[in-house]
Amino acid sequence: MVRDRKREIVTDALFLGPAVILFAMIVVAACMLGIYYAFTDWNGISLQSNWVGWENFRTIFGDDPQLGYSALFTLRLTLTSVILSNVIGLALALLVTRAIAFARVFRAIFFLPNVIGGIILGFIWRFIFTSAIPAIGDLTGWGFFELPWLGDAFTGFWAIIIVFTWRTTGYLMVIYIAAIMAIDDALIESAQIDGASSVQMFRRIILPLITPAITICLFLMLSWATKIFDVIFSLTRGGPFDSTEAFALNIYFEAFEANNYGLGSAKAVLFFLVVGIVTLLQVGITKRWEIEA
Amino acid sequence: MRRSQSSRYRTQGRTALLSTIATVGALVFLVPFYFVVINSFKEFGDILRNAAAFPTTMEWGNYVIGYRTSNFLRAFGNSLYVTAISLILMVFLGALAAWRMVRRPHRVSKILFGVFVVAMVIPFQSVMIPLMRIVRMFDLLNSRNGLIVIYLGLGMPFTVFLLHGFARTVPVELEESAYLDGAGTLRVFGAIVLPLLQSMLATVMILQAFWIWNDFLLPLLVLFDDRLQTIPIAIFGFFGQYNDQWDYALATLVMGIAPIVIFFLVMQRFIIRGVVAGSLKG
Repeated sequence: MVRDRKREIVTDALFLGPAVILFAMIVVAACMLGIYYAFTDWNGISLQSNWVGWENFRTIFGDDPQLGYSALFTLRLTLTSVILSNVIGLALALLVTRAIAFARVFRAIFFLPNVIGGIILGFIWRFIFTSAIPAIGDLTGWGFFELPWLGDAFTGFWAIIIVFTWRTTGYLMVIYIAAIMAIDDALIESAQIDGASSVQMFRRIILPLITPAITICLFLMLSWATKIFDVIFSLTRGGPFDSTEAFALNIYFEAFEANNYGLGSAKAVLFFLVVGIVTLLQVGITKRWEIEA
Repeated sequence: MRRSQSSRYRTQGRTALLSTIATVGALVFLVPFYFVVINSFKEFGDILRNAAAFPTTMEWGNYVIGYRTSNFLRAFGNSLYVTAISLILMVFLGALAAWRMVRRPHRVSKILFGVFVVAMVIPFQSVMIPLMRIVRMFDLLNSRNGLIVIYLGLGMPFTVFLLHGFARTVPVELEESAYLDGAGTLRVFGAIVLPLLQSMLATVMILQAFWIWNDFLLPLLVLFDDRLQTIPIAIFGFFGQYNDQWDYALATLVMGIAPIVIFFLVMQRFIIRGVVAGSLKG
Protein backbone atom coordinates (compact mmCIF):
# COMPACT_ATOMS: atom_id res chain seq x y z
CA MET A 1 0.00 0.00 0.00
CA VAL A 2 2.65 2.47 1.12
CA ARG A 3 4.91 1.44 -1.73
CA ASP A 4 2.05 1.99 -4.18
CA ARG A 5 1.51 5.53 -2.90
CA LYS A 6 5.15 6.28 -3.15
CA ARG A 7 5.20 5.00 -6.69
CA GLU A 8 2.22 7.14 -7.61
CA ILE A 9 3.98 10.22 -6.28
CA VAL A 10 7.13 9.40 -8.21
CA THR A 11 5.09 8.93 -11.39
CA ASP A 12 3.29 12.22 -10.75
CA ALA A 13 6.62 13.97 -10.40
CA LEU A 14 7.86 12.38 -13.58
CA PHE A 15 4.83 13.36 -15.67
CA LEU A 16 3.81 16.67 -14.14
CA GLY A 17 7.25 17.77 -13.02
CA PRO A 18 8.79 19.16 -16.22
CA ALA A 19 5.70 21.19 -17.16
CA VAL A 20 5.27 22.53 -13.63
CA ILE A 21 8.93 23.44 -13.17
CA LEU A 22 9.12 25.33 -16.48
CA PHE A 23 5.86 27.11 -15.78
CA ALA A 24 6.83 27.99 -12.21
CA MET A 25 10.30 29.16 -13.14
CA ILE A 26 9.10 31.48 -15.90
CA VAL A 27 5.50 32.52 -15.27
CA VAL A 28 4.91 32.12 -11.54
CA ALA A 29 8.30 33.53 -10.60
CA ALA A 30 7.81 36.47 -12.96
CA CYS A 31 4.38 37.24 -11.52
CA MET A 32 5.61 37.25 -7.94
CA LEU A 33 8.75 39.20 -8.76
CA GLY A 34 6.66 41.65 -10.79
CA ILE A 35 4.37 42.36 -7.86
CA TYR A 36 7.42 42.90 -5.66
CA TYR A 37 9.11 45.25 -8.15
CA ALA A 38 5.90 47.26 -8.43
CA PHE A 39 6.65 48.53 -4.94
CA THR A 40 10.30 49.37 -5.62
CA ASP A 41 12.35 51.88 -7.58
CA TRP A 42 14.33 49.21 -9.47
CA ASN A 43 16.14 50.65 -12.49
CA GLY A 44 16.69 47.32 -14.25
CA ILE A 45 20.46 47.40 -14.13
CA SER A 46 21.56 47.45 -10.52
CA LEU A 47 20.90 44.46 -8.31
CA GLN A 48 19.79 46.85 -5.60
CA SER A 49 16.28 48.21 -5.42
CA ASN A 50 14.56 50.21 -2.69
CA TRP A 51 11.10 49.59 -1.29
CA VAL A 52 8.95 52.64 -2.04
CA GLY A 53 5.53 51.41 -0.91
CA TRP A 54 2.58 52.71 -2.92
CA GLU A 55 4.65 55.48 -4.51
CA ASN A 56 4.52 53.97 -8.04
CA PHE A 57 0.76 53.57 -7.87
CA ARG A 58 0.38 57.16 -6.61
CA THR A 59 2.40 58.26 -9.63
CA ILE A 60 0.21 56.21 -11.97
CA PHE A 61 -3.05 57.60 -10.68
CA GLY A 62 -1.94 61.11 -9.78
CA ASP A 63 0.88 62.14 -12.03
CA ASP A 64 0.84 60.26 -15.32
CA PRO A 65 -1.60 61.74 -17.82
CA GLN A 66 0.03 59.77 -20.64
CA LEU A 67 -0.94 56.45 -19.06
CA GLY A 68 -4.51 57.66 -18.68
CA TYR A 69 -4.47 58.63 -22.34
CA SER A 70 -2.98 55.24 -23.30
CA ALA A 71 -5.64 53.39 -21.30
CA LEU A 72 -8.42 55.39 -22.95
CA PHE A 73 -6.84 54.92 -26.37
CA THR A 74 -6.70 51.15 -25.80
CA LEU A 75 -10.33 51.18 -24.69
CA ARG A 76 -11.44 53.06 -27.83
CA LEU A 77 -9.34 50.78 -30.00
CA THR A 78 -10.71 47.66 -28.33
CA LEU A 79 -14.37 48.66 -28.60
CA THR A 80 -14.03 49.71 -32.23
CA SER A 81 -12.04 46.71 -33.39
CA VAL A 82 -14.06 44.12 -31.46
CA ILE A 83 -17.23 45.33 -33.20
CA LEU A 84 -15.71 45.85 -36.65
CA SER A 85 -13.80 42.56 -36.81
CA ASN A 86 -16.74 40.52 -35.59
CA VAL A 87 -19.25 42.14 -37.94
CA ILE A 88 -16.97 41.81 -40.95
CA GLY A 89 -15.81 38.33 -39.94
CA LEU A 90 -19.38 37.11 -39.62
CA ALA A 91 -20.38 38.77 -42.89
CA LEU A 92 -17.48 37.08 -44.70
CA ALA A 93 -18.42 33.74 -43.13
CA LEU A 94 -22.00 34.09 -44.36
CA LEU A 95 -20.65 35.04 -47.77
CA VAL A 96 -18.28 32.11 -48.26
CA THR A 97 -20.70 29.51 -46.87
CA ARG A 98 -23.13 30.39 -49.69
CA ALA A 99 -22.94 28.36 -52.85
CA ILE A 100 -20.44 30.57 -54.66
CA ALA A 101 -17.56 29.40 -56.82
CA PHE A 102 -14.05 29.37 -55.33
CA ALA A 103 -15.39 29.63 -51.78
CA ARG A 104 -12.26 27.90 -50.47
CA VAL A 105 -9.96 30.28 -52.30
CA PHE A 106 -11.80 33.26 -50.82
CA ARG A 107 -11.58 31.72 -47.38
CA ALA A 108 -7.82 31.30 -47.72
CA ILE A 109 -7.38 34.90 -48.92
CA PHE A 110 -9.36 36.35 -46.04
CA PHE A 111 -7.36 34.24 -43.58
CA LEU A 112 -3.97 35.03 -45.09
CA PRO A 113 -3.06 38.25 -43.21
CA ASN A 114 -3.46 36.38 -39.95
CA VAL A 115 -0.52 34.06 -40.51
CA ILE A 116 1.97 36.93 -40.86
CA GLY A 117 3.59 38.47 -37.81
CA GLY A 118 2.32 41.79 -36.49
CA ILE A 119 5.69 43.49 -36.73
CA ILE A 120 5.95 42.68 -40.46
CA LEU A 121 2.33 43.67 -41.12
CA GLY A 122 3.01 47.00 -39.47
CA PHE A 123 5.94 47.67 -41.80
CA ILE A 124 3.91 46.59 -44.84
CA TRP A 125 1.17 49.04 -43.93
CA ARG A 126 3.62 51.80 -43.15
CA PHE A 127 4.58 51.60 -46.78
CA ILE A 128 0.93 51.47 -47.88
CA PHE A 129 0.01 54.52 -45.81
CA THR A 130 3.07 56.63 -46.54
CA SER A 131 3.66 55.75 -50.22
CA ALA A 132 0.95 53.68 -51.91
CA ILE A 133 -2.10 55.57 -50.64
CA PRO A 134 -0.70 59.03 -51.52
CA ALA A 135 0.10 57.65 -54.99
CA ILE A 136 -3.49 56.48 -55.38
CA GLY A 137 -4.58 59.89 -54.10
CA ASP A 138 -2.54 61.61 -56.82
CA LEU A 139 -4.17 59.40 -59.45
CA THR A 140 -7.76 59.63 -58.31
CA GLY A 141 -7.85 62.90 -56.42
CA TRP A 142 -10.13 61.32 -53.81
CA GLY A 143 -9.92 63.04 -50.45
CA PHE A 144 -9.88 59.74 -48.54
CA PHE A 145 -6.54 58.84 -50.08
CA GLU A 146 -5.11 62.30 -49.58
CA LEU A 147 -5.59 62.32 -45.81
CA PRO A 148 -2.36 62.64 -43.79
CA TRP A 149 -2.33 58.91 -42.91
CA LEU A 150 -0.26 58.22 -39.78
CA GLY A 151 0.30 61.99 -39.60
CA ASP A 152 -2.08 62.86 -36.78
CA ALA A 153 -3.92 61.26 -33.89
CA PHE A 154 -7.17 60.75 -35.81
CA THR A 155 -5.74 59.08 -38.92
CA GLY A 156 -3.26 57.18 -36.73
CA PHE A 157 -6.10 55.65 -34.76
CA TRP A 158 -8.03 54.63 -37.87
CA ALA A 159 -4.90 53.36 -39.60
CA ILE A 160 -4.34 50.97 -36.71
CA ILE A 161 -8.00 49.93 -36.82
CA ILE A 162 -7.72 49.20 -40.54
CA VAL A 163 -4.58 47.08 -40.14
CA PHE A 164 -5.85 45.27 -37.07
CA THR A 165 -9.25 44.52 -38.60
CA TRP A 166 -7.60 43.34 -41.80
CA ARG A 167 -5.44 41.04 -39.74
CA THR A 168 -8.02 39.56 -37.35
CA THR A 169 -11.26 39.15 -39.35
CA GLY A 170 -10.05 36.06 -41.21
CA TYR A 171 -9.49 34.16 -38.00
CA LEU A 172 -12.92 35.04 -36.65
CA MET A 173 -14.41 34.18 -40.04
CA VAL A 174 -13.02 30.64 -39.80
CA ILE A 175 -14.67 30.13 -36.42
CA TYR A 176 -17.97 31.54 -37.67
CA ILE A 177 -17.81 29.31 -40.76
CA ALA A 178 -17.44 26.22 -38.55
CA ALA A 179 -20.46 27.30 -36.49
CA ILE A 180 -22.61 28.00 -39.55
CA MET A 181 -21.66 24.68 -41.17
CA ALA A 182 -22.64 22.86 -37.99
CA ILE A 183 -26.25 24.08 -38.27
CA ASP A 184 -28.58 21.26 -39.24
CA ASP A 185 -29.47 21.52 -42.96
CA ALA A 186 -33.01 20.29 -42.26
CA LEU A 187 -33.62 23.39 -40.14
CA ILE A 188 -32.56 25.71 -42.96
CA GLU A 189 -34.57 23.79 -45.54
CA SER A 190 -37.76 23.77 -43.52
CA ALA A 191 -37.40 27.51 -42.92
CA GLN A 192 -36.95 28.00 -46.67
CA ILE A 193 -40.08 25.96 -47.35
CA ASP A 194 -41.96 28.13 -44.85
CA GLY A 195 -40.89 31.10 -46.97
CA ALA A 196 -38.46 32.71 -44.52
CA SER A 197 -36.53 35.63 -46.00
CA SER A 198 -32.74 35.79 -45.71
CA VAL A 199 -32.97 38.38 -42.97
CA GLN A 200 -35.46 36.32 -40.99
CA MET A 201 -33.33 33.23 -41.47
CA PHE A 202 -30.28 35.07 -40.16
CA ARG A 203 -32.02 36.58 -37.14
CA ARG A 204 -34.19 33.63 -36.12
CA ILE A 205 -32.06 30.62 -37.01
CA ILE A 206 -28.42 31.35 -37.71
CA LEU A 207 -27.76 33.98 -35.05
CA PRO A 208 -29.26 32.05 -32.11
CA LEU A 209 -27.45 28.88 -33.14
CA ILE A 210 -24.01 30.44 -33.40
CA THR A 211 -23.95 32.22 -30.03
CA PRO A 212 -21.16 29.94 -28.73
CA ALA A 213 -19.03 31.05 -31.69
CA ILE A 214 -19.88 34.69 -30.94
CA THR A 215 -18.70 34.20 -27.36
CA ILE A 216 -15.42 32.73 -28.56
CA CYS A 217 -14.85 35.45 -31.13
CA LEU A 218 -15.65 38.27 -28.72
CA PHE A 219 -13.28 36.72 -26.21
CA LEU A 220 -10.47 36.35 -28.75
CA MET A 221 -10.83 39.88 -30.12
CA LEU A 222 -11.04 41.37 -26.65
CA SER A 223 -7.85 39.71 -25.54
CA TRP A 224 -6.00 40.53 -28.77
CA ALA A 225 -7.10 44.16 -28.82
CA THR A 226 -6.32 45.00 -25.20
CA LYS A 227 -2.85 43.49 -25.61
CA ILE A 228 -2.13 45.06 -29.01
CA PHE A 229 1.58 45.82 -29.39
CA ASP A 230 3.47 44.57 -32.47
CA VAL A 231 1.36 46.22 -35.16
CA ILE A 232 1.53 49.64 -33.52
CA PHE A 233 5.21 49.27 -32.69
CA SER A 234 6.20 48.98 -36.33
CA LEU A 235 3.40 51.10 -37.83
CA THR A 236 3.61 54.29 -35.75
CA ARG A 237 5.84 53.40 -32.79
CA GLY A 238 3.16 55.08 -30.66
CA GLY A 239 3.43 58.36 -32.56
CA PRO A 240 2.88 61.02 -33.66
CA PHE A 241 3.48 62.60 -30.24
CA ASP A 242 2.50 59.43 -28.33
CA SER A 243 -1.02 59.73 -29.74
CA THR A 244 -1.23 56.03 -30.68
CA GLU A 245 0.56 54.69 -27.63
CA ALA A 246 -1.54 51.77 -26.41
CA PHE A 247 -1.28 50.49 -22.84
CA ALA A 248 1.19 47.71 -23.69
CA LEU A 249 3.49 50.19 -25.48
CA ASN A 250 3.35 52.54 -22.54
CA ILE A 251 4.63 49.76 -20.26
CA TYR A 252 7.39 48.90 -22.73
CA PHE A 253 8.60 52.50 -23.04
CA GLU A 254 8.43 53.08 -19.28
CA ALA A 255 10.61 50.07 -18.54
CA PHE A 256 12.94 49.65 -21.48
CA GLU A 257 13.40 53.20 -22.69
CA ALA A 258 12.96 55.34 -19.58
CA ASN A 259 14.54 52.58 -17.44
CA ASN A 260 11.87 52.94 -14.75
CA TYR A 261 11.49 49.22 -14.17
CA GLY A 262 9.73 49.71 -10.84
CA LEU A 263 7.11 52.06 -12.24
CA GLY A 264 6.83 49.85 -15.33
CA SER A 265 6.17 46.84 -13.10
CA ALA A 266 3.40 48.72 -11.30
CA LYS A 267 1.81 49.51 -14.66
CA ALA A 268 2.21 45.85 -15.68
CA VAL A 269 0.40 44.70 -12.53
CA LEU A 270 -2.39 47.18 -13.24
CA PHE A 271 -2.52 46.01 -16.85
CA PHE A 272 -2.95 42.40 -15.74
CA LEU A 273 -5.76 43.38 -13.35
CA VAL A 274 -7.59 45.32 -16.07
CA VAL A 275 -7.22 42.54 -18.66
CA GLY A 276 -8.27 39.91 -16.11
CA ILE A 277 -11.36 41.79 -14.97
CA VAL A 278 -12.46 42.61 -18.51
CA THR A 279 -12.04 38.95 -19.51
CA LEU A 280 -14.01 37.67 -16.52
CA LEU A 281 -16.80 40.19 -17.09
CA GLN A 282 -17.08 39.34 -20.76
CA VAL A 283 -17.15 35.58 -20.20
CA GLY A 284 -19.74 36.01 -17.44
CA ILE A 285 -22.01 38.23 -19.48
CA THR A 286 -21.95 36.17 -22.66
CA LYS A 287 -22.42 32.90 -20.74
CA ARG A 288 -25.61 34.31 -19.23
CA TRP A 289 -26.67 35.66 -22.61
CA GLU A 290 -26.09 32.23 -24.15
CA ILE A 291 -28.31 30.53 -21.60
CA GLU A 292 -31.09 33.06 -22.14
CA ALA A 293 -30.91 32.82 -25.92
CA MET B 1 -43.01 25.90 -64.07
CA ARG B 2 -42.69 29.57 -64.81
CA ARG B 3 -42.39 30.31 -61.15
CA SER B 4 -39.54 27.92 -60.54
CA GLN B 5 -37.75 29.32 -63.54
CA SER B 6 -37.98 32.89 -62.34
CA SER B 7 -36.79 31.87 -58.91
CA ARG B 8 -33.90 30.10 -60.55
CA TYR B 9 -32.97 33.28 -62.37
CA ARG B 10 -33.28 35.13 -59.12
CA THR B 11 -30.90 32.79 -57.28
CA GLN B 12 -28.54 32.94 -60.23
CA GLY B 13 -28.57 36.71 -60.05
CA ARG B 14 -28.02 36.58 -56.34
CA THR B 15 -25.12 34.15 -56.64
CA ALA B 16 -23.52 36.45 -59.19
CA LEU B 17 -23.95 39.37 -56.82
CA LEU B 18 -22.46 37.44 -53.89
CA SER B 19 -19.53 36.30 -56.03
CA THR B 20 -18.88 39.90 -57.03
CA ILE B 21 -18.92 41.05 -53.41
CA ALA B 22 -16.56 38.21 -52.45
CA THR B 23 -14.20 39.06 -55.31
CA VAL B 24 -14.09 42.75 -54.41
CA GLY B 25 -13.49 41.82 -50.77
CA ALA B 26 -10.67 39.47 -51.71
CA LEU B 27 -9.03 42.15 -53.85
CA VAL B 28 -9.21 44.64 -50.97
CA PHE B 29 -7.55 42.04 -48.73
CA LEU B 30 -4.79 41.33 -51.26
CA VAL B 31 -4.06 44.85 -52.45
CA PRO B 32 -1.44 45.64 -49.75
CA PHE B 33 0.56 42.57 -50.84
CA TYR B 34 0.26 43.67 -54.45
CA PHE B 35 1.76 47.09 -53.71
CA VAL B 36 4.57 45.60 -51.64
CA VAL B 37 5.50 43.07 -54.30
CA ILE B 38 5.42 45.38 -57.33
CA ASN B 39 7.41 48.08 -55.56
CA SER B 40 9.99 45.60 -54.30
CA PHE B 41 11.19 45.36 -57.93
CA LYS B 42 11.59 49.09 -58.48
CA GLU B 43 14.42 51.52 -58.06
CA PHE B 44 14.07 53.81 -55.09
CA GLY B 45 13.40 56.83 -57.31
CA ASP B 46 10.57 55.04 -59.11
CA ILE B 47 8.90 54.16 -55.82
CA LEU B 48 8.97 57.80 -54.77
CA ARG B 49 7.73 59.05 -58.15
CA ASN B 50 4.73 56.74 -58.36
CA ALA B 51 4.17 53.83 -56.02
CA ALA B 52 1.01 52.80 -57.87
CA ALA B 53 2.70 52.26 -61.25
CA PHE B 54 3.79 48.89 -62.53
CA PRO B 55 7.59 48.41 -62.51
CA THR B 56 9.27 49.15 -65.85
CA THR B 57 12.45 47.24 -65.00
CA MET B 58 13.00 44.35 -62.63
CA GLU B 59 15.45 45.34 -59.90
CA TRP B 60 16.48 41.95 -58.56
CA GLY B 61 19.32 43.80 -56.90
CA ASN B 62 16.91 44.90 -54.16
CA TYR B 63 16.55 41.27 -53.17
CA VAL B 64 20.28 40.64 -53.26
CA ILE B 65 21.00 43.60 -51.01
CA GLY B 66 18.06 42.86 -48.69
CA TYR B 67 19.13 39.24 -48.44
CA ARG B 68 22.71 40.15 -47.54
CA THR B 69 21.98 42.99 -45.12
CA SER B 70 19.33 41.16 -43.17
CA ASN B 71 21.37 37.96 -43.35
CA PHE B 72 18.14 36.30 -44.27
CA LEU B 73 19.20 32.67 -44.39
CA ARG B 74 20.73 32.88 -40.93
CA ALA B 75 17.58 34.50 -39.53
CA PHE B 76 15.47 31.85 -41.24
CA GLY B 77 17.58 29.10 -39.69
CA ASN B 78 17.28 30.65 -36.24
CA SER B 79 13.51 31.01 -36.56
CA LEU B 80 13.21 27.42 -37.72
CA TYR B 81 15.41 26.09 -34.92
CA VAL B 82 13.67 28.00 -32.14
CA THR B 83 10.17 27.24 -33.43
CA ALA B 84 10.74 23.53 -34.14
CA ILE B 85 12.53 22.64 -30.90
CA SER B 86 10.09 24.68 -28.80
CA LEU B 87 7.07 23.02 -30.37
CA ILE B 88 8.35 19.46 -30.08
CA LEU B 89 9.34 19.83 -26.43
CA MET B 90 6.20 21.83 -25.62
CA VAL B 91 3.73 19.24 -26.88
CA PHE B 92 5.73 16.32 -25.45
CA LEU B 93 6.01 17.76 -21.95
CA GLY B 94 2.48 19.16 -22.17
CA ALA B 95 1.10 15.75 -23.17
CA LEU B 96 2.89 14.07 -20.26
CA ALA B 97 1.26 16.47 -17.82
CA ALA B 98 -2.18 16.62 -19.44
CA TRP B 99 -2.54 12.85 -19.72
CA ARG B 100 -1.48 12.32 -16.12
CA MET B 101 -3.97 14.97 -14.97
CA VAL B 102 -6.79 13.29 -16.87
CA ARG B 103 -5.97 9.72 -15.75
CA ARG B 104 -5.00 10.34 -12.13
CA PRO B 105 -6.90 13.41 -11.01
CA HIS B 106 -6.28 14.40 -7.41
CA ARG B 107 -6.48 17.62 -5.52
CA VAL B 108 -3.02 18.91 -6.37
CA SER B 109 -3.37 18.28 -10.10
CA LYS B 110 -6.82 19.91 -10.11
CA ILE B 111 -5.45 23.03 -8.45
CA LEU B 112 -2.59 22.99 -10.91
CA PHE B 113 -5.00 22.84 -13.82
CA GLY B 114 -6.92 25.80 -12.38
CA VAL B 115 -3.69 27.78 -12.10
CA PHE B 116 -2.90 27.01 -15.75
CA VAL B 117 -6.32 28.25 -16.84
CA VAL B 118 -5.90 31.50 -14.92
CA ALA B 119 -2.37 31.91 -16.29
CA MET B 120 -3.67 31.87 -19.86
CA VAL B 121 -5.14 35.33 -19.25
CA ILE B 122 -1.80 36.87 -18.22
CA PRO B 123 -0.60 39.29 -20.92
CA PHE B 124 3.06 38.95 -21.87
CA GLN B 125 3.64 42.64 -21.16
CA SER B 126 2.66 42.00 -17.55
CA VAL B 127 5.52 39.57 -16.97
CA MET B 128 8.18 40.82 -19.37
CA ILE B 129 9.88 43.22 -16.94
CA PRO B 130 10.55 40.78 -14.07
CA LEU B 131 11.23 38.11 -16.69
CA MET B 132 14.38 39.99 -17.63
CA ARG B 133 15.65 39.44 -14.09
CA ILE B 134 14.75 35.73 -14.13
CA VAL B 135 16.36 35.28 -17.51
CA ARG B 136 19.60 36.65 -16.12
CA MET B 137 19.29 34.53 -12.98
CA PHE B 138 19.05 31.27 -14.97
CA ASP B 139 21.52 32.43 -17.60
CA LEU B 140 19.01 32.25 -20.45
CA LEU B 141 20.00 35.61 -21.90
CA ASN B 142 21.32 35.89 -25.44
CA SER B 143 20.89 32.22 -26.27
CA ARG B 144 18.51 30.40 -28.59
CA ASN B 145 18.10 27.55 -26.13
CA GLY B 146 17.39 30.05 -23.38
CA LEU B 147 14.67 31.54 -25.56
CA ILE B 148 13.24 28.04 -26.05
CA VAL B 149 13.08 27.49 -22.28
CA ILE B 150 11.11 30.72 -21.91
CA TYR B 151 8.69 29.69 -24.66
CA LEU B 152 8.16 26.36 -22.91
CA GLY B 153 7.23 28.14 -19.69
CA LEU B 154 4.98 30.70 -21.34
CA GLY B 155 3.28 28.22 -23.67
CA MET B 156 2.72 25.42 -21.16
CA PRO B 157 -0.65 26.61 -19.74
CA PHE B 158 -2.40 26.77 -23.13
CA THR B 159 -0.73 23.54 -24.30
CA VAL B 160 -1.78 21.58 -21.22
CA PHE B 161 -5.25 23.12 -21.33
CA LEU B 162 -5.83 22.03 -24.94
CA LEU B 163 -4.31 18.57 -24.52
CA HIS B 164 -6.27 18.07 -21.30
CA GLY B 165 -9.45 18.54 -23.31
CA PHE B 166 -8.24 16.23 -26.07
CA ALA B 167 -6.86 13.51 -23.78
CA ARG B 168 -10.26 13.01 -22.21
CA THR B 169 -11.52 11.69 -25.53
CA VAL B 170 -8.89 8.93 -25.65
CA PRO B 171 -10.44 5.54 -24.72
CA VAL B 172 -8.96 4.07 -21.56
CA GLU B 173 -9.46 0.35 -22.44
CA LEU B 174 -6.28 -0.02 -24.49
CA GLU B 175 -4.21 1.44 -21.69
CA GLU B 176 -5.79 -0.89 -19.13
CA SER B 177 -5.04 -4.01 -21.09
CA ALA B 178 -1.44 -2.84 -21.51
CA TYR B 179 -1.13 -2.41 -17.74
CA LEU B 180 -2.48 -5.95 -17.30
CA ASP B 181 0.25 -7.15 -19.64
CA GLY B 182 2.71 -5.66 -17.21
CA ALA B 183 3.67 -2.42 -19.00
CA GLY B 184 4.81 0.52 -16.88
CA THR B 185 3.24 3.99 -16.99
CA LEU B 186 5.97 5.47 -19.17
CA ARG B 187 5.66 2.62 -21.64
CA VAL B 188 1.91 2.93 -21.83
CA PHE B 189 2.32 6.63 -22.48
CA GLY B 190 4.97 6.19 -25.16
CA ALA B 191 3.53 3.17 -26.95
CA ILE B 192 -0.21 3.78 -26.69
CA VAL B 193 -1.15 7.30 -25.63
CA LEU B 194 1.27 9.33 -27.75
CA PRO B 195 0.32 7.60 -31.03
CA LEU B 196 -3.38 8.09 -30.24
CA LEU B 197 -2.82 11.77 -29.47
CA GLN B 198 -0.83 12.35 -32.66
CA SER B 199 -3.32 14.46 -34.59
CA MET B 200 -4.11 16.48 -31.46
CA LEU B 201 -0.43 17.15 -30.87
CA ALA B 202 -0.26 18.41 -34.45
CA THR B 203 -3.21 20.72 -33.81
CA VAL B 204 -1.54 22.22 -30.75
CA MET B 205 1.75 22.58 -32.63
CA ILE B 206 0.04 24.48 -35.42
CA LEU B 207 -1.70 26.84 -33.03
CA GLN B 208 1.53 27.56 -31.15
CA ALA B 209 3.70 27.63 -34.29
CA PHE B 210 2.34 30.96 -35.53
CA TRP B 211 2.88 32.56 -32.14
CA ILE B 212 6.51 31.48 -31.82
CA TRP B 213 7.45 32.01 -35.48
CA ASN B 214 6.00 35.53 -35.50
CA ASP B 215 6.85 36.53 -31.95
CA PHE B 216 8.74 39.78 -31.75
CA LEU B 217 8.99 41.32 -28.31
CA LEU B 218 10.47 38.38 -26.39
CA PRO B 219 13.35 37.67 -28.80
CA LEU B 220 13.93 41.44 -29.02
CA LEU B 221 14.44 41.57 -25.26
CA VAL B 222 16.39 38.33 -24.91
CA LEU B 223 18.66 38.07 -27.96
CA PHE B 224 21.33 40.74 -28.41
CA ASP B 225 23.71 38.97 -30.70
CA ASP B 226 23.07 39.60 -34.41
CA ARG B 227 23.94 36.01 -35.17
CA LEU B 228 20.97 34.76 -33.10
CA GLN B 229 18.29 36.96 -34.66
CA THR B 230 15.01 35.43 -35.75
CA ILE B 231 13.19 36.76 -38.85
CA PRO B 232 11.02 39.40 -37.09
CA ILE B 233 14.08 40.74 -35.26
CA ALA B 234 16.21 40.77 -38.41
CA ILE B 235 13.52 42.74 -40.23
CA PHE B 236 13.12 45.13 -37.34
CA GLY B 237 16.87 45.64 -37.24
CA PHE B 238 16.90 46.25 -40.97
CA PHE B 239 14.34 49.03 -40.63
CA GLY B 240 16.31 50.57 -37.78
CA GLN B 241 19.34 50.72 -40.04
CA TYR B 242 17.71 51.75 -43.32
CA ASN B 243 14.76 53.77 -42.16
CA ASP B 244 12.25 53.92 -45.02
CA GLN B 245 14.81 52.88 -47.63
CA TRP B 246 11.86 51.19 -49.26
CA ASP B 247 13.50 49.52 -52.25
CA TYR B 248 15.61 47.16 -50.11
CA ALA B 249 13.10 47.11 -47.28
CA LEU B 250 10.19 45.89 -49.39
CA ALA B 251 12.30 43.10 -50.90
CA THR B 252 13.26 42.06 -47.37
CA LEU B 253 9.62 42.14 -46.28
CA VAL B 254 8.63 39.90 -49.19
CA MET B 255 11.34 37.42 -48.18
CA GLY B 256 10.22 37.70 -44.56
CA ILE B 257 6.63 36.74 -45.25
CA ALA B 258 7.39 34.10 -47.89
CA PRO B 259 8.13 31.12 -45.59
CA ILE B 260 5.01 31.45 -43.45
CA VAL B 261 2.75 32.22 -46.41
CA ILE B 262 4.04 29.16 -48.29
CA PHE B 263 3.60 27.06 -45.15
CA PHE B 264 0.02 28.32 -44.85
CA LEU B 265 -0.85 27.69 -48.50
CA VAL B 266 0.52 24.15 -48.40
CA MET B 267 -1.03 23.21 -45.06
CA GLN B 268 -4.14 25.35 -45.44
CA ARG B 269 -6.85 22.75 -44.76
CA PHE B 270 -4.96 21.36 -41.84
CA ILE B 271 -4.30 24.77 -40.33
CA ILE B 272 -7.88 25.95 -40.59
CA ARG B 273 -9.11 22.72 -39.02
CA GLY B 274 -6.60 23.23 -36.22
CA VAL B 275 -7.74 26.80 -35.62
CA VAL B 276 -11.34 25.64 -35.31
CA ALA B 277 -10.52 22.71 -33.01
CA GLY B 278 -8.33 24.89 -30.81
CA SER B 279 -10.80 27.75 -30.54
CA LEU B 280 -13.74 25.53 -29.65
CA LYS B 281 -11.72 24.15 -26.77
CA GLY B 282 -10.40 27.56 -25.75
